[in-house]
Amino acid sequence: MSYYNQFTANTQLKLSPFFERTSKLNESQEWRRWSGYLSATNYELTHENEYFAIRTKAALLDISPLKKYLIEGPDALNLLDRLVTRNIKICKVGQVMYTPWCDENGKVIDDGTVQRLSENRYRITSAEPNLDWINHVATGMNVKIIDDSETTAALALQGPNSREILNSISEISLNGLKFFWMMDTNFNGIPVSISRTGYTGDLGYEIWMQPENALLIWDLLLEKGNTYGITPTGLHALDISRIEAGLILLDVDYVSSRHAIIEARKSSPFELGLGWAIKMKKDDFIGKNALKKELECGPEWEFVGIEIEWSELENHYRNVGLAPGLPSTAWRTSTPLYYNSEQIGYATSGTWSPILKRYIALAHVKSEYSKKGTILDFEIKIEHFKKTTRARVVNTPFFNPERKRSCPA
Amino acid sequence: MSSLNNYDAIVIGGGHNGLTAAAYLGRAGKKVLVLERRHILGGAAVTEEVFPGFKFSVCSYVVSLMKANVIRELMLPKFGLEILPLESTFTPLENDYLLRTADSDQTYREIARHSLRDAETYTRFGPLMGQIGMAVRPILETIAPNAIRPSLSDLFNTKKLLDHVKTLTTQQFEYLTKLMTMSSADFLDEWFEFEPLKATMSASGIIGTFMGPRSPGSAYVMLHHYMGDIDGAFRAWGFQKGGTGEVSMAIARSAEHFGVDIKTEASVMNIIIKNNKAVGVALENGDEYRSDIVISGLDPKQSFLNLVNENELPSEFVQDIKNFRIRGSSGKVNLALDGLPDFSCLPGNGHHLRGAISISPSYDHLENAYDDAKYGNFSKKPFMDIILPSVLDPEMAPPGKHVMSCFVQYAPYNIQGGWNDEKREAFGDTVVDTLAHYAPNIKDIILHRQVLTPADLESTFGLTEGNIFHGELTIQQLFSLRPAVRWADYTTPIRNYYQCGSGTHPGGGITGSPGEMAAKKILGIL
Repeated sequence: MSYYNQFTANTQLKLSPFFERTSKLNESQEWRRWSGYLSATNYELTHENEYFAIRTKAALLDISPLKKYLIEGPDALNLLDRLVTRNIKICKVGQVMYTPWCDENGKVIDDGTVQRLSENRYRITSAEPNLDWINHVATGMNVKIIDDSETTAALALQGPNSREILNSISEISLNGLKFFWMMDTNFNGIPVSISRTGYTGDLGYEIWMQPENALLIWDLLLEKGNTYGITPTGLHALDISRIEAGLILLDVDYVSSRHAIIEARKSSPFELGLGWAIKMKKDDFIGKNALKKELECGPEWEFVGIEIEWSELENHYRNVGLAPGLPSTAWRTSTPLYYNSEQIGYATSGTWSPILKRYIALAHVKSEYSKKGTILDFEIKIEHFKKTTRARVVNTPFFNPERKRSCPA
Repeated sequence: MSSLNNYDAIVIGGGHNGLTAAAYLGRAGKKVLVLERRHILGGAAVTEEVFPGFKFSVCSYVVSLMKANVIRELMLPKFGLEILPLESTFTPLENDYLLRTADSDQTYREIARHSLRDAETYTRFGPLMGQIGMAVRPILETIAPNAIRPSLSDLFNTKKLLDHVKTLTTQQFEYLTKLMTMSSADFLDEWFEFEPLKATMSASGIIGTFMGPRSPGSAYVMLHHYMGDIDGAFRAWGFQKGGTGEVSMAIARSAEHFGVDIKTEASVMNIIIKNNKAVGVALENGDEYRSDIVISGLDPKQSFLNLVNENELPSEFVQDIKNFRIRGSSGKVNLALDGLPDFSCLPGNGHHLRGAISISPSYDHLENAYDDAKYGNFSKKPFMDIILPSVLDPEMAPPGKHVMSCFVQYAPYNIQGGWNDEKREAFGDTVVDTLAHYAPNIKDIILHRQVLTPADLESTFGLTEGNIFHGELTIQQLFSLRPAVRWADYTTPIRNYYQCGSGTHPGGGITGSPGEMAAKKILGIL
């Protein structure tokens, strides 16, 4: 077994603090690159079991590649409130807020969560490096901005059994922890922070820890979680569940305004379905003026959920003698959407939802076609030939179980 | 008679097909009542906590044939349908095994370990069966036309089917014919050579049927099991979270959402018939309910020989129903375990415990098991289809414990001397001994054991002779002949009395299909 203990990957990519374990568990040895890290695509040869772990048991995901920044000091609150579109002033200690942030033209740079760790200390997560931008916004403020990306390791434990697993390990019960709140506790004396957040739209938690404790925490979770069906889970399964949850992904569903080559590639938060996260009543924040103007005229685009209807899809396949060909993993190819033969939008990611038994996608459509129930034509290739098939604009999240927000009685 | 007891339709039996029919009628705005004899819904698709903390899909244990349009139209995912993948089929052997998984390369390599030829053929066999499935699907989804006195809609359906048959390729036609007539062993011999592979595949040709793998006609039963798909992938089996009872409950919740009334512990004694027309039902407790139509989800013997008086029916129909073959051939053993079984040929925990475990090492094993049954005994070395639901869904058992579901064949209903407690225990012992041959630790980890003989399946679940399909899936009992000629379109010789159970076209398994099609037939009339 000494081979295993010496496992290292011959790669220039960064290895997560959990790699020692994940590399051995990954039967498929399929990896994706995520922020310069090697990240498991699926641990088993197919991702199905991992997907169902998210929805029916508990899935354990290594999310250490997330970008993380600590913001400390007397002006920490002012900085964040100026940076992001949510009202950080009402964020209490122990609370977490999801928020996008924009450039001066009101175009989205990135999105992530803001955790208020203590009175003057916050952590913000993002998909891409944002240190430069945050420093830029912090000009003249009395704050310290620390890149925490490699100094904090993180795991996501997602699924209906996640709370029970954590309760079996944590010194303090998680029963009182509400959706988008966090707490400090310890596992066998090892300090961890747990936030009730995630990227699956299910009951779930994210566990934040020091990298040197990563393996101990991983082992504890797998050991205690065994009887609850804990399952190491990769990005394939996560991608399906985040689409079901209607959650956007940078560089897939939108392009950061920081590196969009042309204006047309940029999106305002209103155009990404994030209007609810724009607090126009709060003090000045970056992009506010531009967003105010956009609000007056209304956004040009809207971001919607669509459901590709079954009957026409089935008929298309039946006509060529095939059973309906459903995607087995989530796709991320921009796909045209038409209304009366005119292209009025495009879907950016989609998946067959195994739990909903519906074929769903996230799409940008011109605002006049964004009304719920609007019937669009979705472009599809059937045996290499281009067809269109009916798709209906529907509400997101597609999947939104009560357990996501509820607490035990 | 108070108006509270008046309904548009009454469904007898809260099994999954009865509930499906009720949900469809409710969805169309009808006032519907479902009457279930037991305290719990689901019929043979039922989950029960047989021992404290241990839940079992007591009878029917896997799902694949559930129709996609029924799932959509009744919005079952919203009401709790959650089907987890059963990824593998594991056949333990003496000192070796055969393990087929969801990964085709892995499966190729595994079969090639035993026979390179079979590994190659196997990659062609799956797509072919998918093709045949495509060819048969429209036949299954059409209301079987009355071949004797066709109505206009019968002619329309016949035309539709003929049009469809014309689209079949020569190959589809050839294999369809073979599957309709051959034994599963003969059919598979044309393809494969590795005995455990053939035997395990042939096993789906005997499940629920009083036939051996070498009996002509068993190939069709195999096809019936191949017809299932999950999310479009043919031949994919799944496990409902919480057991198959949750499939029934999802349908029941859908039905209630559509305004259907459901009563449990409401045992129907007979159909109330006036002038050869069903007008309601009478319960054993004396209650009566009136309705425009009555639908039975029970098997044909129960529906026509039990719920109505024979003299209300044409004598040739009574004869047909009496001749309807419904011989029970299987039993079920449900085990509560202190840990996981440890197979000598593949020790420890692993992927092989996450799918089906098939005790089917050879044709001879299956055929010998059948021979015992043919002469009125349970098999000394039975065929078994086993799953460990708690491995897929930990909530089926207390933490660290497990439940094991063993579908066992053969156990004839008409056993020599009749079934009694002693025979039931002997049958249970035989099952455990057979298991112990492959997984020696099994005897040490059994905490509780539930043994269901065909007689128990009959007395507990109302399955005549314990037949899981409400009548065998043999060619003379399919399509326009199921359950009897002229009455295969869900109607019966009694006006306003309909049938919607697995004893009607297209037959058994958790499909929802008979219930759906019966409701659609009725809605065309009602």
